[in-house]
Amino acid sequence: MGTDQRRNTPASPDPELLRRLLRAKDRMDAASHEGWPVSRLARVSAVSEAHFARSFKEAFGVPPHRYLLTRRIERATALLRDTELPITEIAFQTGWASLGTFGRTFRDITGESPRAIRERAQAAVHALDRVPACIVSAADRPDLRTAVSEKRRREAGDITGSLDKLIKEIR
Amino acid sequence: MKQGVEVAGLYVRDQDEALAFYVDKLGFRVHTDVRNGDYRWLTVQHPDQPSFQLGLFTPGPPVLDAATAQAVRAIVAKGAMPPLVLNVADCRAAYDQLRERGVEFTQEPVERYGNVDAGFRDPSGNGWKMIESRR
Repeated sequence: MGTDQRRNTPASPDPELLRRLLRAKDRMDAASHEGWPVSRLARVSAVSEAHFARSFKEAFGVPPHRYLLTRRIERATALLRDTELPITEIAFQTGWASLGTFGRTFRDITGESPRAIRERAQAAVHALDRVPACIVSAADRPDLRTAVSEKRRREAGDITGSLDKLIKEIR
Repeated sequence: MKQGVEVAGLYVRDQDEALAFYVDKLGFRVHTDVRNGDYRWLTVQHPDQPSFQLGLFTPGPPVLDAATAQAVRAIVAKGAMPPLVLNVADCRAAYDQLRERGVEFTQEPVERYGNVDAGFRDPSGNGWKMIESRR
């Protein structure tokens, strides 16, 4: 996969295109609970739908919808840590259609259940109070380097779960 | 003589565009703008902070070779430069004012632990957090 990535990466990506792709990334950051179909993202970046997903992945290292997953989990983690909202409410507020999908994806990405993360994060929060809160949230962003589906297959031997399915749920 | 940081620089894609943004939109002042051939040393200052200059530099010759400059332009355009923080007295008022001037906000004002912060980018892609702090 590394070789393919290198082959697909242009030697000098156009900074103007990258700046417009960043706009799509920023928009997902600002409203990760919303639905972000490729058509919407492509419009923000002023590129064709056909080129958007590949250009985004070349620029930021992950496909757009996988990036969106990390942002939703990051936001859910912050709400688990900073609020007493019920987990169902957090799932709803961060853009998931069902609690089951939220819990499963959360465990796939972070390796822990939302409840366990809540307990651990609330215990550790005081050490970070000298860093601006908006920057702390980015530091909590899960590092999603493998597809959720791959991780799930590897860990649970579940060959039916696929990222495609997950992406459909996000849309 | 005072000791301390005097200049910290940003890479921008176009110095005229950056100057217009930091001066006309954010309200900074030009401190130094001198040229030597293709090279332009350009710094701006926050009106309340006369001892500090923010440099607005373009990556390119004679300081950087063409390939390195291209890589830096890509990194800036991807928003991968480190965060910048602007302290303001009233984040929501500053947000309204700057948005009216056409600043590209990436995050609306949010209150966290008594502070209010918003996020914006300069035209090149450098990301700023604008913070109203109670501390």
